[in-house]
Formats: sequence, C-alpha cells, structure tokens
Amino acid sequence: MSTGESNVICAEHEKLYKTLDAFIEEVKDKPGVLIEVLHKAQEMFGYLPTEVQSHVAERLNLPESQVYGVVTFYNFFTMKPRGKHQIKICLGTACYVKGAEKVLDRFKEELKVDMEEITEDGNFSLHGVRCLGACSMAPVVLIGEKDFYGKVTANEIPKILKKYRG
Amino acid sequence: MRMKIQTVLVSVDSSSALRGARQFKKHIEENVKKYQLSDMVEVLETGSLGVYKDGVIVAVYPEEVFYEINSTDDAEQLVTEHFLKGRIVKDLMIDKSVIKHEKKETGKLDREERIVLKNVGVIDPGAIEEYIARDGYMALAKVLKEMKPENVIDVVKKSNIRGRGGAGFPTGMKWEFTAKADNPEKYVICNADEGEPGTFKDRLIMEGDPHSVVEAMTIAAYAVGANKGYIYIRGEYYGSIDNIRKAIKDAYEIGLLGEDIMGSGFSFDLSVRLGAGAYICGEETALIESIEGRPGRPRLKPPYPPVEGLYGKPTVVNNVETFSNIPWIINNGPEAFKALGTEGSSGTKVFTLVGNIINRGLVEVPMGTSIFDLIYKYGGGIPNGKKLKIVQTGGTAGTFMNTKKLEIGLDYDSAKEGASLGSGVILCMDEDSCAVDCAKTVMEFFAHESCGKCTPCREGTRVSVKLLDKISKGQGREEEVEQLLMIADVMEQTSFCGLGQSAAIPLRTIVQSFRDEFSDHVQKKPCNACTFVEPKKKKRSKR
Repeated sequence: MSTGESNVICAEHEKLYKTLDAFIEEVKDKPGVLIEVLHKAQEMFGYLPTEVQSHVAERLNLPESQVYGVVTFYNFFTMKPRGKHQIKICLGTACYVKGAEKVLDRFKEELKVDMEEITEDGNFSLHGVRCLGACSMAPVVLIGEKDFYGKVTANEIPKILKKYRG
Repeated sequence: MRMKIQTVLVSVDSSSALRGARQFKKHIEENVKKYQLSDMVEVLETGSLGVYKDGVIVAVYPEEVFYEINSTDDAEQLVTEHFLKGRIVKDLMIDKSVIKHEKKETGKLDREERIVLKNVGVIDPGAIEEYIARDGYMALAKVLKEMKPENVIDVVKKSNIRGRGGAGFPTGMKWEFTAKADNPEKYVICNADEGEPGTFKDRLIMEGDPHSVVEAMTIAAYAVGANKGYIYIRGEYYGSIDNIRKAIKDAYEIGLLGEDIMGSGFSFDLSVRLGAGAYICGEETALIESIEGRPGRPRLKPPYPPVEGLYGKPTVVNNVETFSNIPWIINNGPEAFKALGTEGSSGTKVFTLVGNIINRGLVEVPMGTSIFDLIYKYGGGIPNGKKLKIVQTGGTAGTFMNTKKLEIGLDYDSAKEGASLGSGVILCMDEDSCAVDCAKTVMEFFAHESCGKCTPCREGTRVSVKLLDKISKGQGREEEVEQLLMIADVMEQTSFCGLGQSAAIPLRTIVQSFRDEFSDHVQKKPCNACTFVEPKKKKRSKR
C-alpha cells in the first residue's frame, strides 16, 4: 500500500473515531453502556479489531479485558471483517426440518467459502445464526440487516446472489 | 380503527415486506385514487396477521374478507372488483378460519377470545390513537386513578396468570416479592430476547401491538414501585425494535410515559436495550448481566431478581406475552381470565405451529388445548399426504414425543405427562425425518449456546453431540445410547442454570421415544429418513 493510500485510510479512521467519541460522550454516564457502544462501533467499522476495542476501553475507563470478554462472548460482535453482504442462514430446528442444510451447502458451493468466511472479493460472507423467529417461512436466509428470504430452495440461490453482485 | 366505509389492512412484517407488501399497498392506494374511491376506502398498514402464505395477506373490513395478493395485477383486481363493483374476489380469497377462530361447535363461546393478539393485524402498530381507540391505556388509567399498588398485585394474583416465557412462575407472586422488597430504587424489565428456535410470538406482538407491552410495563412499575424500565430486545429483531421505539416515543409525547403520568404523580421511564446474539440472555439473571454491560453469564440464585436484580436492586423480569395479558386482566377482571384455560393454568396461550404442518403460523387458544387439536384442527394436518412422526412441544428445550400421546392438553402441568408447554412451540416432523439426526441438530444448538460457565452443561452438550454424530453415522454402540440418557440425568441435576437443566429434556425424551430407531442406527440398519447418511455408502467406506 502506498503512503498516499494509507493516509486516506487513516483520515477516514480518524473521522470514524471522532464520531464514535461523540457518541460515547453522549451516553457514557448511563450505566451499563458498553454493549450499546460496541453496537455503534461495529455498525461504523464493520467489525471490532483490537485497536477499536482498546479505544473503547480507554474512553469508557474500563479494563481492555472486560471489553474483549464482551466482544468474544456475544455472537453479534466480530473481530474479523465481514463481507459487504452478510449472508445469514438460520440454523433453528424448524429450518433444519425444512432443509436448511441443503441451502447452506449450496451457498458454500456457489461462493467457494466455508462458514464464517469471506469471499475473495470481500462482497459476501457466510454465517449461521440462531433462530430468526420466522419459522413459518422456513428455511430462512437473511442478507444484510433487512433482506429476508423465506422458503428458500437450493436452486434459487444463484438468482438471489445475482442481486447483490454489482 | 378509523373507518371510512371500507378499510384495507395490508399485513407488513419482516417477511411479507420482502414479498412486496409495501409495493402492493402502494399499488392498491394508487388504484383507489385512480377509480376515485379515496373517500370510501382507506388503506392501512398492519402487523402480521399470524398466518403465512406465499403471497401478502390483506384484510378488508367491515366485510372481514381476507385475500392473498401475489402480484400487482391481483392488487388492481381487488380494487376494481371488490371496492368498485362490490364483488368478493373468490380466486384471491383465503379461508379466514386460519386467521380468526370462529366461535363455533364448542358451545363455549368466550373460549376462543383473543387476548394477547386482539390488536395484532387489526390496528396500525405505528398509530397510538388506534391502540387507544381499542381501549388502549384504559387499564393504565384505571390503575393510576382508582387502584392502589397492592390492589393491582391482588388482581394479578387472583387471575392466576403464570409466566409465558417457559418457566411458568406465578406473575402476581413475582410482583408481590418485588413490591415488598424494601428499596427506593426498583426496576421493571421486559424479556424480549426471544431466541427459542421455533418461537416468534413475541416478535409478532411487538411488531403488531407494541403499545400493549409499554402499557403493561407501566402498570407493573406502578404496582411494584419502580420508576425505570428496560425492554431487552434481540438485536436481530429489527422490526420489533423500530415499532417498540416508536411506541415509546409516542407514549412520551402524550404523557403516558415520563414524569407525572396522567397527573397521578407517578413517573416511569422506559428504554430499549439491544441484545447481541446469545441464547443464554433469555435467562433472567444473564439478561440482567447483559443490561449491565457484561457477558451474559447467569448468576447464582437465590437471591432472585425480585430481591436483588439489576444493579443489585429489586427487579421484575417478565416475558413479552406475559405483559401483554395484563391490560386485558385489569379491564376484564381476574375472574374472566380464570374462566379461560384449565384449573392450574388460566388464560390463553399463543402457540406457534412450525415444521411439516399445513398452516404454519400462530394461534391463540385456551390453555389445555390438546396437541392433536393444535396440529389437525388449527394446523390443518401434515402436508403432502405424509404421516406425522416426531412432535416437539415447548421449544428446543421442550419434550419430544412420538404420535402416541397427542391427546395431551398443553398447560403448565402437562410436562408431567410428557409434553411441556414451554414457550408454546409445536414442531412437527413427518415420516421423512430421522430421530437421531434431529437429536444431533438440537444438541448442536445447545453445545453452541452453552455459556461455558459450568462443567455439566459445557461438557454434557459437547459429548452428546459427539456421541450422536457417531450413532448417526452408524458407528455407535448400544451402551453409548444408554450413555446419552446418563448425560441427560447429570446435566439436569447438576447444571448451574436453566440452559443445561433443560437441554437434558429434549435429549432424554427423544432417545426414550425413539429408542428402536437409535438401536437401528447402532446396528447399521438402513434409515430411509436420514438426510446426511446413506448407510450403504458408509459401509463401503469403512471396509
């Protein structure tokens, strides 16, 4: 990476840190605010690398170990970058009965990645999630935060993926 | 509900939105305008109607006709036929009995009243005035103006309502303990971390009738003497989060939350906290840990939350469904509530019907309704002419059974007969499902969600997955099947919290109910139901 490029990234990061600090400033007097701050940080950075965790720990005046403990405990938080489009496959019992395994296998095949991995172009990553509470639509796939796909069959998957390929 | 002459309610929730619900709604509106029907027909958005078809469900009032819309053409046809010409479009109509339980044959007329779901799919969840028009916040007004806190607790106790989250603890007693705890600072928490696989009742309540939760929490706060409350919602429940936040904001705006509510001198603040994906946070003390900003590992009980909860203060923690019963109980009295259901279990229960069943969705029926009725009367039976083989009631932590005991009525006491009520899931699996495979999937879930704090749960779930995996591949031994039962006993008796204790239940019941099938796998007899294992291939690779 040339210095020019890294400068751009640094400048961008600095901006993100500033926004995060402003958010922390707003909420830091409320008790038990760590998880809320981490939600915000992940929303902004996309993931929670150790640098971000240290930063949060310092601002909230908490030991880094506590922040790390929370990040690694909850499934929602990740220390690895995720794809631009996160494909979440419901692994609940109702989806299992309706063939979620076949859907998962097809995604793995189409994207050439395994669970919790990111595609080479960074466009997709594949995740298993707990029951999404849409069992009557099983098997269910959630892409990003709001795109719900119900009664998914393995054959539909190429068509679904096409929508997200630029 | 605001009425012009006709009202169209378009069911918009997370899953129907993707099938074009908003687009169809817009199309209906445009056509209403195009045919100059704007003065006659009002088009509104509502939550889920509790039933899922391939298309988007639309309800037309006052006729009470339900349609399934699959395309913009369908939407246009609805307007030109039904609204313009006044003819019901038979082709698009769906049987409303799957949505509303008609009062018929039983003779017990009041037995099929919707309490929890009375507003879901009827009102616009984003409009506080619609909730108010359906007697919303009337219970709160009654409580604040006419009742003392101890009277409120008395009514709740008399109604005999028990927690709807699974454990079934009497709600009135919980409130009483909290009220009696001597501490100026107390909290009310709504457990909306719904994560039991197969359960989505809380999501539909929050998406379709968020104010009922806000109102009930305020009533609870008044009864126990709390001034601060939290709703802990799963981070993945985007629709619920939006609707609850809007409901709270609107309630603040007209003075139903905040300082001096309705001039009573009572103040209550309510905010939303987001979960971050951990099944264990449904356990109340783990949930409290999480609100305090720590990993959600359960605390040692006692002390229970009513004595020492959030920040060490007395705290009431109730499930969404439990709360949404409260306003009805206050308005209609405890006797009316007790008239529904069975002796030890009052009221109704929302059941979610999932798996291989024709009408997938949810129904609200009196406590004590039999599994058979739920599957065949409300659920419409098993699709594709297949035979029912495995039933799991109560959620992933619930009991498995074969088809021999379907006559059991589900309530808080039915677990003794072998069918737990839990969070109200009825999961059906047809003859193509393999019991061993199914057991493995369930235990994989618990192994993943075990928080790792105590050994019996952490190791018990892990080892049972390993054994089940071996058995499912035809590599197990008979004594390993026995070992599974032993692990279940140890987990149940020695786990630190409910997660490990209840993970034992599905494991034990599935092995017991399908003992022969487990033995068949051990003896490498072909299983035509296995999804992943083909015994022939396995044998070849082994030798």
